[in-house]
Amino acid sequence: MLANLRQLPRYRGLIQTLVVRELKARYRGSVLGYLWSFINPLLLLLIYSFVFTVVIPNRDERAQPYALFMFCGILPWTWFSASLSEASNSLIANGNLIKKVLFPAEVLPIVSVLANMVHFFLGLPILAFFLIWYQKPIHASELIWFPVVVFVQLLFTTGLALILAALTVHFRDIKDILANVLTLWFFATPIIYTWMMMEQYMGYLNWNPFTHLAISYQEILFFDGPFGHWKWLLAIGAGSVVLCTVGYWLFDRLRDSFAEVV
Amino acid sequence: MPSPAIELANVTKVYRRYGARNFSTLKSALLNRSVLRDLRPSESFSAVKDLSFAVPTGSTFGVMGRNGSGKSTALKLVAGITKPTSGTVSVNGRISALIELGAGFHPEISGRENVFINGIMLGLTRREISRRFDEIVDFAEMADFIDAPVKTYSSGMYMRLGFAVAIHVDPDVLLVDEVLAVGDEGFTHKCLDKFAEFKRRGRTVLLVTHSLDLIEKFCDEAIWLDAGEKKAEGDPKRVVGAYLAAVEKSEEAHLAATDARARESVAEVGPAPQEPVPAQEVAETAAADSGPSDMFQADAGRWGSREVEITGVELCGPDGSPAHVFQSGDAMSVRMRVSATRPVEDCVFGIGIFNVEGVCCYGTNTQLEGFASQPFSGEGEVCFDIERLDLVPGTYKLDVAAHNEDGYQFDYHRLLYSFRVKSRLHDTGIYRPRHAWRFSGALSVTKSSTSFAYDGVDTDEPEG
Repeated sequence: MLANLRQLPRYRGLIQTLVVRELKARYRGSVLGYLWSFINPLLLLLIYSFVFTVVIPNRDERAQPYALFMFCGILPWTWFSASLSEASNSLIANGNLIKKVLFPAEVLPIVSVLANMVHFFLGLPILAFFLIWYQKPIHASELIWFPVVVFVQLLFTTGLALILAALTVHFRDIKDILANVLTLWFFATPIIYTWMMMEQYMGYLNWNPFTHLAISYQEILFFDGPFGHWKWLLAIGAGSVVLCTVGYWLFDRLRDSFAEVV
Repeated sequence: MPSPAIELANVTKVYRRYGARNFSTLKSALLNRSVLRDLRPSESFSAVKDLSFAVPTGSTFGVMGRNGSGKSTALKLVAGITKPTSGTVSVNGRISALIELGAGFHPEISGRENVFINGIMLGLTRREISRRFDEIVDFAEMADFIDAPVKTYSSGMYMRLGFAVAIHVDPDVLLVDEVLAVGDEGFTHKCLDKFAEFKRRGRTVLLVTHSLDLIEKFCDEAIWLDAGEKKAEGDPKRVVGAYLAAVEKSEEAHLAATDARARESVAEVGPAPQEPVPAQEVAETAAADSGPSDMFQADAGRWGSREVEITGVELCGPDGSPAHVFQSGDAMSVRMRVSATRPVEDCVFGIGIFNVEGVCCYGTNTQLEGFASQPFSGEGEVCFDIERLDLVPGTYKLDVAAHNEDGYQFDYHRLLYSFRVKSRLHDTGIYRPRHAWRFSGALSVTKSSTSFAYDGVDTDEPEG
């Protein structure tokens, strides 16, 4: 496992190229091209604004403007959920590479996670624009935590992506199970509601790792006051390191079976 | 003696079948805590068994064998795509495998970008690819289309580009799996030139192919795999010879089985029609039947009144024992056992040889050749001896018949017997007359020593 892990930096160029390929291929042939990376989150924001200000207005005073509050959580969630669904399918979709070319398979789920991270980054300017538009106070002392949250989420997502990718090769059912689990997970995370509304359920919500990532994003970007959730964030960070290690170990153990089963 | 570039020692590869699992869903697997345990196989079969061989650096090594004999598995083991179940594989130097060309090409993006991505997948750096880019495009003959998305390429273009990238990785060890069927004649030649260049530069090539010509022309050494085991190793000509002999044997068995089936179906044909068919009509049918458009669609079968019955037909080789595969130029004899169920006034025996296209290569009967037919009763044997079977290679079918001088059919066996003619020469047509070439004047043409084809003539016509 360690020997394989040491190889990983050598594949930097490969990962980079594949991420770029992924991004290029996604919008190739569409008129607006890369603009879609901006337009998609923007449209999403508009829809949620309409639903939660006109259709079912949300009166929670702490979370106004409500659409902006949700946007802080939905953007990272989209990165997370899209990464997992793509990663779980990545080995099967690229079966050709695994069966016919000497190819480091772990690159594929990692590329899924990174490509979606780039989309996340492309959505950030829109978020920033509206944060400034609504004159949300952002402090440098809070903002330095932002890269930390992103990094923790990256580790957490990568760990899960490796596990899912490896297991989906053997259990194709995971793809369908995952889609439903992600929907449930979304509603079990304080994204469209604030965690303050759910004070009495925090005991349950705390068990959800993404709760702490979402709260961190919201605290840093949306809410006033100092970033108070850092202990939880670091704990999740430590857990993610363990998850990544376990994920890589499992992936490595099943590696030899991929070329035969895919 | 240079150290080997590739070395396999007692390598066994067991493929597992995960088909029959003792759980049906992930849930039950998780509940029973048996995920890893159940990932173990229920059934297995060995694609490669205890295989050992070494390829010296700088040599070209051929691997041949029937479909499913483990050639490709062996290649994947050398490439490191799959790991051996037991034994060791060691390779010195950078490998490039021409196994699946253009694996990893993304259909939506341009050929140019795909060349870069594919090159990086095969282990080149961006700078190395930039340096070789023009050469790659030139080799693939793709200059006009390199900026078009790959999805618009024809399959030939796709393969050519894939081949060009893989071969420009400039590996120390090149693994080739049956990819020379890429592109047109011209491109194939270019590929062969590239291999020759590799050889000159002291690189090692492992070639898996069904083309025995290639093995004989290019390889310094060869092995023959059958059912995952090594059958022969060493000098390509010797290995190819051993392989061909085995193929002949299995074809022989296959043709014998076909014949046996044909005979069985004949036996099932009910008793002969009691009403004799008018001779005139028979003659017409026979004429219409003499050249079916497609022999394998033409009705093979048996008919006739069975007053004289052909009870058995045997093809015999030069040594007099039954055979189904003949070398072009061999002696062949067709033996028919006949018996008369009741005495007949006169009897004529005939024979016809048809090729795959249904062309009658030769047909004759005893009446045409002036044998006076005699009353016949009891049993006997008719032998049709061919001194030299001067046919070009191919599969042939045989008609045998017994009828009377008016064309009234006693027993007609239509296309029931098959045999194969083999030859190392790929000459065409139907008939190969015995021949020789002579040159005079300023011409001095000698047989090329590397060309097996002429050697083939030597073995075919030892008496020359």
